[in-house]
Amino acid sequence: MTCLPKTTDKKLGLVIDLDICVGCHACVTSCKEWNTGGYSAPLSDFDPYGAEPDGAWLNRVHSYEIDNDHWKGTVHFPRSCLHCEDAACVTVCPTGASFKRASDGIVLVNPDTCIGCKLCSWACPYGAREYDQDDGVMKKCTLCVDRIYNETLPEEDRQPACVRACPTGARAFGDLGDPASAVSQSVEERGGFNLLEEFGYKPVNKYLPPRKGSDHAPAVPTTPAKTTGAPIEKLFAWADRALSR
Amino acid sequence: MHPAYSVILFTTSSGAGYGLLFWVSIALMTGDMPHTHWSFFFTFALAVALITFGLLASTFHLGHPERAWRALSQWRSSWLSREGVTALATYLPVGLLGLLSLLKITTGAEPFLALLCAMGAVATVWCTGMIYASLRTIKEWNLTLVPVVYLALGAASGGLLMGLMTSIFGGQNRWQGAATLLALGVVLVLKLVYYRHIDSDDGAYTAAQALGMGTKSIRQIDPPHTRPNYVMREMGYDVARRHALRLRWLGLLCLIAIPLVSILLGMMAGLPMLFPYLVAVITAAIGLMLERWLFFAEATHVAMLYYGAPRA
Ligand code: SF4
Ligand code: SF4
Ligand code: SF4
Repeated sequence: MTCLPKTTDKKLGLVIDLDICVGCHACVTSCKEWNTGGYSAPLSDFDPYGAEPDGAWLNRVHSYEIDNDHWKGTVHFPRSCLHCEDAACVTVCPTGASFKRASDGIVLVNPDTCIGCKLCSWACPYGAREYDQDDGVMKKCTLCVDRIYNETLPEEDRQPACVRACPTGARAFGDLGDPASAVSQSVEERGGFNLLEEFGYKPVNKYLPPRKGSDHAPAVPTTPAKTTGAPIEKLFAWADRALSR
Repeated sequence: MHPAYSVILFTTSSGAGYGLLFWVSIALMTGDMPHTHWSFFFTFALAVALITFGLLASTFHLGHPERAWRALSQWRSSWLSREGVTALATYLPVGLLGLLSLLKITTGAEPFLALLCAMGAVATVWCTGMIYASLRTIKEWNLTLVPVVYLALGAASGGLLMGLMTSIFGGQNRWQGAATLLALGVVLVLKLVYYRHIDSDDGAYTAAQALGMGTKSIRQIDPPHTRPNYVMREMGYDVARRHALRLRWLGLLCLIAIPLVSILLGMMAGLPMLFPYLVAVITAAIGLMLERWLFFAEATHVAMLYYGAPRA
């Protein structure tokens, strides 16, 4: 069971636009809110209002100051499970609690069979799995599997909670295995990339790079406009000289 | 990586237990220790006790120890599962041989059972090492050297215990002392090679690769959480370089140098070997704990690239 499927029918995942994410953490809190009432036990918190708050969250947003060769700036950087195609977090699991679904590629943990050995979190290069001390099992992004197929929800809500919550539309959900899907198209257009591509886990989720500043900065004329030599201009020039004496 | 005490206790105790099981089985096969003698029974029982204690300790760090049996199911892909399977399978010949020894029954199958015990011991320790060596996320562990070091450490620590038990029961031991000294020497060489290797490897992955940007510099300006989370506590354990170096030498001193000197001096002076082996076992136990603590504490995880590590 912890052997990975050779191929999956779909590759459901997220595309995260680093150009427009404003680092508001709305996806973080909505993820927690949805999943704490979700199919696994609540995402427990310890000392939530005290000095050492500590709890299991499935999505985290970092903020970095990035200096690249051509541009420089602040980048807000959401990080959750990337539902990798070659996910060793699944193969190391001794119980079969971690698995990747052949139908849609979602990587899940079965909270009823996980023994809480934490090995899967060691195998994830993205730090995407968080252990829940209270339940004694591993927690991770479920791609909101209990929303996206949930027919009791209105159609527009059959999307991950984080995608619905994002005020700027920086998160998009779809089938990255289908080249015609909106998410695949945006990856194509914007040069979407993999995190830690060199590591080789083949993440499904993609990130869209920040647009370079020069792409949309207003054009600034480089040479001053020429004077026309009209009498009115001469009058102003004389006034300017006279007044600045 | 965070050095969890239950895991340190588990791997050192069961490693020494399997090492002792290996040597006592070999001694039975070579005829140096007939299985009907109490010297065999108690040495064998000590091995089983250490192994069992280690396996129990390993379940302490599980979130759901009562589900531990499930870990036997995924041997196709998981080294942790394979370790569970080999550990459990080894109990079969161990149980039989122990029973025959206790009841002083001779069947003729003992050398064969002993062979199975020795093979089970090697296989289980190899699997333990491979759990770590198979993790590509941790460069200090993702080395063929790692399971080899686990085997050598098991042989050395088990050999010291074997020497201690033999000296207590006053049994004859033609080759055990030499084999133990050799194992200690091998451990020393392997650990020096290991330390040299991890010191020279800065890591193949950079923060710029992790983020997919930041070719010139990356600075964290706002952390994703105000206090360390599970990922930071588990994977972000950091031991000061100076501190680690001192512990490395202290570890090798306790694990290799003092036992070697103690045993050699005892042998040369022709003393009863009980005292030298007792000193060796006690200091080696401390050295082994230090070695295992460092094995975790010095290991760095790729996920820390998101939390400010420049390379991993
Ligand atoms: S991001 Fe981590 S937890 Fe998610 S599939 Fe990839 S390796 Fe597994
Ligand atoms: S913590 Fe649970 S899901 Fe992760 S490897 Fe262990 S048993 Fe599998
Ligand atoms: S898809 Fe669902 S579980 Fe995953 S980060 Fe978004 S809200 Fe959280």
